[in-house]
Order: sequence, then C-alpha cells, then structure tokens
Amino acid sequence: MIYTIDERGYYGNFGGAYIPEMLYPNIEELRSRYLDIMGEGDFQNQFNQLLRNYVGRPTPLFYAHRLSERYQAKIYLKREDLCHTGAHKINNTIGQILLAKRLGKQKIIAETGAGQHGVATATVCALMGMDCIVYMGQLDMERQRPNVERMRILGTTVVPATSGNMTLKDATNEAMRHWINNPTDTHYIIGSVVGPHPYPDMVARFQSVISEEIRNQLSEQEGNPYPDYVIACVGGGSNAAGAFYHFVNDEHVQLIGVEAAGLGIDSGESAATTVLGKPGVLHGSKTLLMQTEDGQVVEPYSISAGLDYPGIGPWHAHLFETGRVKFLNATDDEAMQAGIELSRTEGIIPAIETAHAVAVLKKMEFDPDDVVVINVSGRGDKDLETYIRWGKY
Amino acid sequence: METINVMNRIDKLFQQKKENILSVFFTAGFPTLHDTVEIAKQLQSAGVDMIEIGIPFSDPIADGPVIQQSSKQAIDNGMTVTLLLEQVKEIRKTVSVPIILMGYLNPVMQYGMDRFFSDAVAAGVDGLILPDMPFEEFESHYKQEMDRLDLRNIFLISPTTSDDRIERIDQASRGFIYAVSSSSTTGSKNEFDENQIRYFKRLKDKQLKNPFLIGFGISNKETFSAACQNGAGAIVGSAFIKVLSASKSIPNDILTFIKTLNSGIK
Repeated sequence: MIYTIDERGYYGNFGGAYIPEMLYPNIEELRSRYLDIMGEGDFQNQFNQLLRNYVGRPTPLFYAHRLSERYQAKIYLKREDLCHTGAHKINNTIGQILLAKRLGKQKIIAETGAGQHGVATATVCALMGMDCIVYMGQLDMERQRPNVERMRILGTTVVPATSGNMTLKDATNEAMRHWINNPTDTHYIIGSVVGPHPYPDMVARFQSVISEEIRNQLSEQEGNPYPDYVIACVGGGSNAAGAFYHFVNDEHVQLIGVEAAGLGIDSGESAATTVLGKPGVLHGSKTLLMQTEDGQVVEPYSISAGLDYPGIGPWHAHLFETGRVKFLNATDDEAMQAGIELSRTEGIIPAIETAHAVAVLKKMEFDPDDVVVINVSGRGDKDLETYIRWGKY
Repeated sequence: METINVMNRIDKLFQQKKENILSVFFTAGFPTLHDTVEIAKQLQSAGVDMIEIGIPFSDPIADGPVIQQSSKQAIDNGMTVTLLLEQVKEIRKTVSVPIILMGYLNPVMQYGMDRFFSDAVAAGVDGLILPDMPFEEFESHYKQEMDRLDLRNIFLISPTTSDDRIERIDQASRGFIYAVSSSSTTGSKNEFDENQIRYFKRLKDKQLKNPFLIGFGISNKETFSAACQNGAGAIVGSAFIKVLSASKSIPNDILTFIKTLNSGIK
C-alpha cells in the first residue's frame, strides 16, 4: 500500500487543490518550489538551528513510570508541550516563514481556532520582523482571550471572523479571502495538514521532526527505534501527521488517531469526522467532512477548540480509509478526566486536545512489553479556564 | 428531450449579441425561499441577457460579505440543490434567456456530479460556474459528460492568470470566459483602476476564441459601461443582492436597477 502523496497532490482518493482561479498562481508557485526550497542546505541549516536554539528541540521523550504501571505497558510521552509557545504548532510556522522569505513575501496571514497556531505564527513573525494578520472567529476570540492578547503583544493584528458561526472554519474562510485579495505580497501560513496541495504535505514534512526524534530517542532508550503504538489526537491532524510520519511504512507500528467525540458520537455535538463525515471538498482539498445530506458543512463541537474542526487532513482521510491508522475517539468528559489523570500521575497538565489522546489508554489492551508513545502535543496553560469550569478535580 | 439538437442558449446569445451583454447573479432562495422564480422572471422582463443563479454554500471562499450573507440566509430559509432544480423548471415555463448555475463543488458533489449535470440540463440550465473545481479535474473527469449534454462549463480568469493558462482555458472553454476584474472576492471594489484597464486590454488583444464577460466589482452604470467598452459585457452580483436585501417591492426595484445600469451605454 502506498501512503505517500502522488505527483498530482492526492493521497489515494483525497487531497488535490480545489481552489478558485484567483489563488492558482500562489498555490502553483508554492507547489513548484516547496520541495526544492526545503531541500536546500541553507534552508535546512537555518530551520534546524531555529528548532534547536529557539523552539528548544529535541523535545524530551519521557518514560512515564506511574502511567506505565497503571496501564501495564511501557508508556513514553513525547513532550511537544515543552516547545516554545507551548505546542508543536511552532515547528510548522518556523518552516513556513523561512519558506515565505525565500518566496519574497513581505506579509503573513494565518487562521487560528484556540489561538495556538495564531500565537506560533505571531511569534515567528516577530522573530523575522514581518507583518502579520491572524483571523480568528469572533466567538473563539471571546473564549480564548489570553491568546488574543499574546498575539497582540507580539505585534500581530487579530481580525475577528464574523461570518458563519464565527469559529475556526470561518476564520479559515476569511484568511483565504484575504489571500485572494492580496495574492502577490502575502504568504498564508496554514496551521494544520489541511488546505490545497501542497499544504498538507508541506505541513506534515515540517512536523515530521516529531517522529524523527521519537525514532532516535527510542533507539537510545529502548535499543529499538520502533514503538508498538503511537497515539496522537486529531483535529485537522498536524501533530498526528508529525508523530506518524516516519512510521507510516513500518506496518508493525500501530498508529492510533484520537478524535473528539464531544458530548458523544450520536449527540449532535461532536467533532469525530471519521465516524460522522463523508467525502467532500472544503478549504481546498477533498477529504472526509462533516456535512448535511445537501453538502452544507456542519459546525462541529468539542470542549477542545483545537479539535473543533469539521474535517481532517486528506492524508488522515486516506490513512483511515486504508486502515493504516486506527481512529478512536474520546468524549469531553473522558478527555477532562484523562487530563487530570496525567497531571496527577506524571505532573504534566496537558492541553485538552492532548488529553483526548491520553483518554484512549483506558480503551486499549496492551502487553506488558508494548512500547507506547503518546504525543503530548501541547500544554494545558491555555486551558486553565476550561479545567476550572469543568471543576471535577 | 427538446434540448437535443437545439442550440445551447449561451451560444445563441453570443452569436446574436456581441456587446453590452448584461448578466445578473442572484442567490437562490433569497431573500425568501420561493423568490427565485419571481426574480428570474422580472430580470428577463427588465431586459437582462443572461441569468446566473447561485447555489448557496456554507463556506463560499470566493465571495465577499454581501453574497456570503445571502447564502447563509438562503440556507437558513431551507434552500437545497433539489429545490433549486425544481425552481429552474418553473422558471423555464416563461423565461428563455440562458440560465447558469453557479456554486461551490461540495453541494454538487453530494448531489452526484453526473446526476446533477443531467438533471440541470433537463431543468433547462445552459451552463455551470464551479469556482473551486480545478481546470485539470474538469478536463479529466467531467468535460466529456458535460459536452455530451451540451452543458457549458464557464471558467474564471483573473489578473494574475498567466498568458499560457489563459490560452489553455480559452481552448477548453465553450460559451464565454468569466474575467474576474481584480484579484479579489466578489463585490470588493467600486471603480476600475489603471491596472484593471490594462488587464482588460491585454485580454482583448489576445483575440481569444471565446468572448469574455467582466465580473466582480460591477456595481453601477459607470463600471458596467466601462466593462462593456472592454469586454462583451458584464456580470453584476453583489450590487444586485444589495438591491434585493433592501427591497420593499422586488419587481419595481429590479426594473429601476437594470434601467439605471443600462443607462450608461448606447
């Protein structure tokens, strides 16, 4: 089975570049140049140095003793929560801003849901001295005030998306419209493995440092680069893409994606796209999409703003369809309990997105020798309000 | 099947009229669910040459705020692809100008592409504009079936479209080409600047095999007349939706609006 992208920009039945003609030159420029630029020695040096000295990579792979004892397996935590700005998102924004510079772009735009990608973009724009506009749903701006202020402190203009339901999906629409209106001087830093080709592949490559490090670290710590399981949460799917990337052709490594079930799969308030979605086209690619019979995109729900997206990246849609990745899900309550559990067993308060990945430990059966890696995609600082409101600790 | 062996209405229009063509866009199911039929009739009575009806979509990335808002309201009103095709059948009882359906790919894909093509033709549709359908996708998957049904697919080009690509699009097109006036979403601008005029001239000088209509930012008699001097005519969308939004008497307001637009030419 082939899991990688083909020359037309498809992963099996999914992917492609479904964009209005006005965006064609931008997408074509990116498509024709991203691999060459990313392959340049000078680019790689600069990227790797920033990851090391600015982001703080490699992030630790931590053997979680107490969690391992509880679940009778060898559980490792990949500590992306220790990246600068508090999540894996910055791996991608560093890569894309270096690429934007080489394309001669002067301005950066981005979309954000919970604000993590927005903060990571605002951060690299400050670092590189570039103008930055971040679109954020008006509702999300109210829910995530601290991240709005972080972006503003960093010198970014945060523009509320007031169309539709005023969340991540609408912020993405607004960012695309901005790009249509400003095609020549602006680069759009998409934050997940979604959007028209080459974005899903480009973002996955920038995030692939996660699985590259896991392999090296497991070789050192376990004497074997291959875990038995890699577990990661999936909204759009960027942290999962990074954690799966270098294992996808090693079929003996079981890859587990965890979606947000919200209030429950059948509650009407969920974001579990592989269960509830059908193939469709949104934001420039063909993928699995939560939608009505008539093809209108459905507003998803999750307690975690980062998983609150009605689709998944086209690569994940393909990995789901081929059965290469097994998709599980966790409800709001299961995730919140798992967040508390990780806090109390290992002293790590995870982002609520990450807590979904931790929650499936209860739903799986392991052999005592199994090596399990959970990608701790982000830290819980931004979610303190949600933990407090949930209250059961 | 009366559509067989009858000339496509778009082709016929461009054969009979070479200039000052006015095509008007409005969103199906807006302002109220069943206004679609009446608006189409009134547009023909007012002398419009072609009608474009928008299939509302929840995430219209190429549209500005005015059309977005109308789409949202239409969806809230209960508009669906199935209902729109029924409305087009009703429109065709009295309306003879070409009808184009314009919409994003996803609702059409859920209806079923081939099923949509044949049901649209049966209802009396002459052409489609699907702005997020890639040109390459059309050529490899849909061109053959649409040609067989004599259904036109209208492509967009913009000021940033390269010469090569314009020529390829021209070669693959039948009917006309939709020249987006600026790098923008719909309804963004009020007058043309030097760059836009230069772009229209560039298109004119190319001597394309298809005529082109200018759209996006045609809002008043000045921009309509400027578009007519540079292309075969123009497409008016957001400005018309604004009229509908504010209208107390749709027939009167349509007549006045179209009269005003046309008053700048001839």
